[in-house]
Amino acid sequence: MKYAFSFLAVIALILIAWLGSQIPGMPYLFGIALPYLAMMIFLGGFIYRVVEWGKSPVPFSIQTTCGQGKSLDFIKHDRLEAPDTTAEVVARMFLEIVTFRSLFRNTKSELHEGPKITYESSKWLWMFALIFHYSFLMIVIRHMRLFLDPVPAWIGWLEFGDGIFQVGAPNWYITDIGLLAGCVLLFSRRLVTRHVRFISLANDYFPLVLIFAIGATGILMRYLFRTDIDIVNIKQLAVGLVTFSPVIGTEIGAIFYIHLFLVCVLLAYFPFSKLMHFAGVFMSPTRNMKNNTRAVRHVNPWNPKIIPHSYAGYEDEFREFMVESEIPVEKDLPPKKDDE
Amino acid sequence: MSVTKLEQLSKSVVQGPSLATGAIPTRDWMDIPVKFKAGNYAYVAKKDKVEYLNSQSGLSFPNAREWSPEEDDWKLPEDWKEIILTGLKERLDKFRSLKIFMDCCVRCGACADKCHFFLGTGDPKNMPVLRAELLRSIYRNDFTLAGKLFGKMAGAREMTVGVLKEWFMYSYQCTECRRCSVFCPYGIDTAEVTMMIRELLHLVGIGINWILEPVSNSNRTGNHMGLQPHTFKDNVEFLVEDVESLTGVKPNISFNRKGAEILFITPSADVFAEPGLYTAMGYLLLFEAIGLDYTWSTYASEGGNFGLFTNNEAMKKLNAKMYAEAERLGVKYILGGECGHMWRVVHQYMETMNGPADFLEKPVSPITGTVFENAASSKMVHLSEFTADLIKHGKLKFDKSRNSHIKATFHDSCNPARAMGLIDEPRYILDHVVDWVEMPENTIREQTFCCGSGTGLNTDEIMELRMRSGLPRANAVKYVQEKHGVNMLSCVCAIDRATLTSLNDYWTPGVGVCGVTELVANAIVQEGETRGELEEGLRTMVF
Repeated sequence: MKYAFSFLAVIALILIAWLGSQIPGMPYLFGIALPYLAMMIFLGGFIYRVVEWGKSPVPFSIQTTCGQGKSLDFIKHDRLEAPDTTAEVVARMFLEIVTFRSLFRNTKSELHEGPKITYESSKWLWMFALIFHYSFLMIVIRHMRLFLDPVPAWIGWLEFGDGIFQVGAPNWYITDIGLLAGCVLLFSRRLVTRHVRFISLANDYFPLVLIFAIGATGILMRYLFRTDIDIVNIKQLAVGLVTFSPVIGTEIGAIFYIHLFLVCVLLAYFPFSKLMHFAGVFMSPTRNMKNNTRAVRHVNPWNPKIIPHSYAGYEDEFREFMVESEIPVEKDLPPKKDDE
Repeated sequence: MSVTKLEQLSKSVVQGPSLATGAIPTRDWMDIPVKFKAGNYAYVAKKDKVEYLNSQSGLSFPNAREWSPEEDDWKLPEDWKEIILTGLKERLDKFRSLKIFMDCCVRCGACADKCHFFLGTGDPKNMPVLRAELLRSIYRNDFTLAGKLFGKMAGAREMTVGVLKEWFMYSYQCTECRRCSVFCPYGIDTAEVTMMIRELLHLVGIGINWILEPVSNSNRTGNHMGLQPHTFKDNVEFLVEDVESLTGVKPNISFNRKGAEILFITPSADVFAEPGLYTAMGYLLLFEAIGLDYTWSTYASEGGNFGLFTNNEAMKKLNAKMYAEAERLGVKYILGGECGHMWRVVHQYMETMNGPADFLEKPVSPITGTVFENAASSKMVHLSEFTADLIKHGKLKFDKSRNSHIKATFHDSCNPARAMGLIDEPRYILDHVVDWVEMPENTIREQTFCCGSGTGLNTDEIMELRMRSGLPRANAVKYVQEKHGVNMLSCVCAIDRATLTSLNDYWTPGVGVCGVTELVANAIVQEGETRGELEEGLRTMVF
C-alpha cells in the first residue's frame, strides 16, 4: 500500500506538469517561478534544519569506538576507528561519507536449528547505496554543463569518462543506468527483505520513485524525445535562471517541464524528509567526536549543579558502625552519657 | 518465575512465529498493542524507593505509588501527556544527538539483525530501527512539519497510553550496548534513544525496581548492594583471609585512608558474590605483589552506576562520589576495577559532569613510572591499562602453568569495547597468563554481543528474556567450547560475571566465568608465598 501510494503520487505529479505546461503562459510558472520557489525552499529549509540541529548542544562525548582506543604505547591504536585527534576524526568522517564504511561492515545473521546463529558478510546494501549515490552525484555534476557558459573543460572529461563504453548514439552514460538501477535495487530491497519491508514508510518509497521518474524523464529526453526539445533553449533558460535573467524562448517540449517539475518537488521535499541524512551524517556525535575524553575534558554547557549525598551525611548515619569496625572517621562519636 | 526448559526454548527461538525466523506480521506495527504478562517485564519500582530518591537534592522521581503493568490503569498523573511532550521538547533542545537521530534515519535496516534482543526474541519492535521509531513517530507528530501535514502517512502517530506502555516494554528490552550504532551508516545510537525514553518514563513515575533500588542504595550506603561500611569492610576482610589461606600471602588493605597514593574503586558486586569475588581476590593479590599504596573507600564503594540507566541527574549524583572521595582522602588519582557500564560513565561522562578534576594529579604508575596520558585530565586509570603496563615492564612474575586447568576465551564487554576502545589491553594480559582463544570474529571486539542483561535487566523475573537476548553471546561461547574445549569465559565486567554465569549454565554448561584479574592472580608468583598445588587457582576449596 505504502509503495503503491508513492507511485500514485509521482504519477499525479507527472500529470500536473504535463497538462499544466501545455496551458499558454504556464511555462513561466513551471520553467521559472517554481524552480526559484523550490530552490528557495531547499536552501532555506536545509539551512534552517542544520541551524536547528546546531542550536542543541552536544552535552556529552558519546563517540562509538569501533576499534582500539589510544592507550599505552605498545598497544596498537586504531586511528580511524577510535580517533584521538581532529585529523583522525576528519579521516574517519571522510571515509564514512565517501566510502560508506559502516555499511561495508554489514553482516547478515541467520538462525538455524540448534539453535545456532551464523553471520556472513553482506555487502549488497553497501553496493546498492554506492551505485545510487555516486550515479546521482555524477549526474548532478554533469548537469552543471547547462548552467555554466562556457562549459568548464573538466565537465567534458567527466562526461567522457561516464560514457567510456561508447554504447549507443548518443552515448549512454554509465551513471544514467546506475541511477535507475540504484532506485530499482533499493526499492526492491524494501519489498523483498522482510525486516526492511516491515519498517518501510511511504516516505521511504516516495523519494525512490520520484528520483527514478526524474532519471527516466531525463533519459527519455536525451535518447528518445530528442527532437521534441530544443537543447539551446533549455541551456538559455538554465543560464538565465542562475544569472537571474531567465527567458523562455520558443516552445520546449512537455517532457522537459515534467523533468524539471519533479526536480522542483524533490528540492522542496528534501529539507523536510529523511533525505536530510545528507547533512546529518556530518553531525552525528557518535562518529564526529574524538575518543580522548579522559585526556581532554568535554564541557557540557547546561551541566546542572547536583552534589552527591555528602560524606558528612554518610558518616553521620553510620559513624557508630564505622568507629566500631575501625574505619577512620572525620568526627568522633559523642561522649557516652554516664549511666544514671 | 520458572524458566522455560532448554529444549523448548531452543525450538521456540528458531521456529517461533517471529520476524527473525521469517514470519512477517500481518498487521502494521503501529496496530499491534503491547501485552504485559508475568515474565515479560521487570518488576516496577517500590514506592518507598521512589519516594526516597525523589526526596534527594537534585533528583526528581515523581509519582511514587503502588501499581502493576498488567493492570489497565497505570495510575499516571492527570497531565501525563503534557509532561511527556514537554519533556521531549526539553531533551531535543538539550541533546543534539537526539535531534539528529530522530531526523536522519533512512530505515535502511542495517541495524535490524545486529541486536541481540531481536535475534533472541524475533520481536520486530526489537529491531533497533523500530525501537527508535516508537519515539520517532511521536516526534514526527508533534515536532515536524511533515508529520503535522501528513500524519500516519509520514510515519507519525499521536501519543497515547498505549504508546507509553510500548515505550516501557521496549526501552527495557534494550541493554544500551550500542552494537547497532557500529553498523548504522549515520552512527545512530539506540542507547541514546532508549536513555531518553527511560528519562521520559521516569517523569511520570514509570521505572523498574532492579534499577531504582540499587540507585537508592548507592546514594545512601555508597554501593548498590546496600552494604553498610562495616559490612563492606568485613566482606573484603573475608577475601583477605581466603587469599591468605590459599597462598600464604596476607594482602595489606585499608579503608578510607587519607594520604594513600591511589583510591581504588570497583563494582561492589566484586566483593559480594561469586564469581566476582575471585576477581576481587585477584585485585588484592595483584596489589600486594607490587606493594601498591592504595585505599578502598566505603563511601565511594560502588564503581557501577545504576544512575546511567535512569537519567542524567541520577548518574551525575552517584558518580560525583568518586571525585568527592578522592578529594577528601587527598589521593593522587583513581584506579578503577573491571566493570562495563562503570567505564562508560568514567570515560565519556565523569569529568564532563563532575570535573574538572584539578585536585588530582596526572596518573603515573608508581611501579613503572609510566604516565597515563590517555587519562591525563580525568585522572582515572583502568585496571587493565595499569596491569598491561606492569607486564610490559616485567614487574610481574607469572607461572602460566598455574592456569593450566583453564582454557579461556574473552568476552568484550559492550561499553569498554564500544565506548572507550579498551580492546587489546585485556588481550595483552591474557596472552601472558593463560592459554586462550578468540570467539568468532563477528562476536568480538567492537562487534561483541551483550550478555543480554545489562542496564539493570539482570533480574530473575525476566529470565527467559535474558536467556533469549543472551543467545548470540552464548552461541559464540558454545562454538569455542566445542571446537577448542574452552571452559572459561573471561571478561572485564562485573555485570557480565553475574549474568554470563546464568547464561552459560543455561546454554553452555561447563563454561565458567571469571574476571581477567582472577587469571592474573592465579598465575602470579610472589615473594613469601607458600602456596601448594591449587588445582582450581583461587577457586580451590581449602579447609
